[in-house]
Amino acid sequence: MRYILFLYAAIAFVVLAAGSIILPDWAMFLFAMALAKGLVCLGIVAMMRGGVVSFGQGLYYCIGAYTATLAANLWGVSDIFALTLFSSVVCLIVGMIFGPMLATYRGIFFAMLTLALSMVLYGTLSKMSVIGGSDGLNIGSPTFLGWAPEGRDLQTALYIYVVAIVVITGTLMRIYFDSEQGLITLATRDNELRVEYLGASVRKVMAYNYTFAAVLGGLGGTIAVVALGHVDPEFAFWTTSGEFVFVAILAGYMSVPAVFVAAIILEVVRSFSNLYFPNTWQLSLGIFLLIVIVTLPNGLGSLLSRRKGGKT
Amino acid sequence: MDLLATIVVDGLIYAGWLFIVSLGLTLVFGVLNILNIAHGSLYAIGAYASASLVGAYFAVGGDAFPYGSYAALILAAVLVAVVLGPLLERGLLRYFYGRDEVLNVLVTYAVFLILEDVMKLIWGVNPYFVYEPYTLLGDVEIGPLFYVGYDFAVIAAAIVVGLAVWLTLNRTQIGKVVLAVIHDAEMSQTMGVNVQRIYLGAFTAGAFLAALGGALTAPMISVTPGLGANVIIVAFAVVIIGGLGSVPGAAIGALMVGISRAASVHLLPEAELFIVYFVMAIVLMFRPEGLFAKTKARKI
Repeated sequence: MRYILFLYAAIAFVVLAAGSIILPDWAMFLFAMALAKGLVCLGIVAMMRGGVVSFGQGLYYCIGAYTATLAANLWGVSDIFALTLFSSVVCLIVGMIFGPMLATYRGIFFAMLTLALSMVLYGTLSKMSVIGGSDGLNIGSPTFLGWAPEGRDLQTALYIYVVAIVVITGTLMRIYFDSEQGLITLATRDNELRVEYLGASVRKVMAYNYTFAAVLGGLGGTIAVVALGHVDPEFAFWTTSGEFVFVAILAGYMSVPAVFVAAIILEVVRSFSNLYFPNTWQLSLGIFLLIVIVTLPNGLGSLLSRRKGGKT
Repeated sequence: MDLLATIVVDGLIYAGWLFIVSLGLTLVFGVLNILNIAHGSLYAIGAYASASLVGAYFAVGGDAFPYGSYAALILAAVLVAVVLGPLLERGLLRYFYGRDEVLNVLVTYAVFLILEDVMKLIWGVNPYFVYEPYTLLGDVEIGPLFYVGYDFAVIAAAIVVGLAVWLTLNRTQIGKVVLAVIHDAEMSQTMGVNVQRIYLGAFTAGAFLAALGGALTAPMISVTPGLGANVIIVAFAVVIIGGLGSVPGAAIGALMVGISRAASVHLLPEAELFIVYFVMAIVLMFRPEGLFAKTKARKI
């Protein structure tokens, strides 16, 4: 069955990459940002499958973005592959430290602890004037293995790079979700104690999910900062993390593509309400979120996925 | 010694209003099982409403009896609670009872987003100042230190509110009914309790406490957009430290947050923004469900 998955992945890559030909600059930027954020949200979905939701995924989004920026500014690394690799490794390490610690917490306590961690980072960064304090830092344009594109070429290259990362990680996460570990995660969501009695370690599964989510968050942060050219502590503020949860809920926990569709929907809704209701875009966003929760309690994924959504 | 006294007094002042807000949050969680992010918006609306009402009071000749502005502060909180409490609870939240905890957090997050913009539409983005009530009570001298009397009035108000809530819950019939609903809503319903009405009452009371916290702090700060986002997250920390749904927990949590924040302001200013979360993380490491949480049996 796996070759079907790879086939889907290849089709997804071709379709999305084709966007670089037809999309105008602004839309390509919007899609790149949406997909970058989608990566972070995919991490939340990975945890959501086990029944826990992180309200502090901005932590890794922010760590990834700052790591890339600092590497670029301090050591002059501009190659996007190196930056991505470097910040994912940093996030992996941080995730491996906190993952096992957080693995025993559930529900609101997990949400609040992750939130606390991200707010600690927010507070620290805001006060550290060495690295820009609350103003943040700028990062220059990236290079691609020595190629330094400009203008539309840069946009296109970055966009295709994001699409590639999204397709690869999306495929890997799908394989992970369908693996033994991934299925234990789903079982944990239904009944943790039974899973323990059956001999599987819920703690281990949770720690793994958290660590993967950390890496995904770092990837998203790196791409976002390269696309934006700027990072500030707001990346770790709880309202940023709130948006990621928003996307994850919108997507539901059943489907990987739904996460990216949801992320794009959110960016589009945000841009358009910014444009047409500049003073009330949060209001539009809030109403949109309520409509989603009421009409699609299992998320968009319940529409895309053939599997029947059980009760939540 | 002076430093210690300063830290304690500053901490108590901060803990005072924070306790009032957190008490509302923990009450709503205890009864409705909803962790209400929009609580922060209710706080901010309380602050704005009291700023407007006190401004209006002085505009219609309140100078003759400036103490009346305190009544205006409290009236503002009552108005906010009476209008928004039933509107949110009956109009929205009641459709989500019994749903997933985290989903409910998202619902209130949506309300929070909506109210943030509604506030901007009503009150604009410029800061409001209500200094009159702040200066009325004169200064208090503690050793070599001077404090504004109003700050101590807020501490007193927090103690009064805390005792009132505790006594209502534990010493009155309606309080016993509320405790029964907290314990088991379904069973209470079969015993003839109008659970819907208890929910409505508890949410409105919680909204009142949020708005009261906002109204009481309005004279101490400048009321600006974004106020709610900061307060709610600190109030979360307080109730999580104390244990969700616990009144003494909220008091201890507010004290811990207030004192540690004051200590950090005076001793390690760099840590001011995150000391609260740091304390919360430490507490949760050792007491994963907060200090005063009741242990629940695990369901198999």
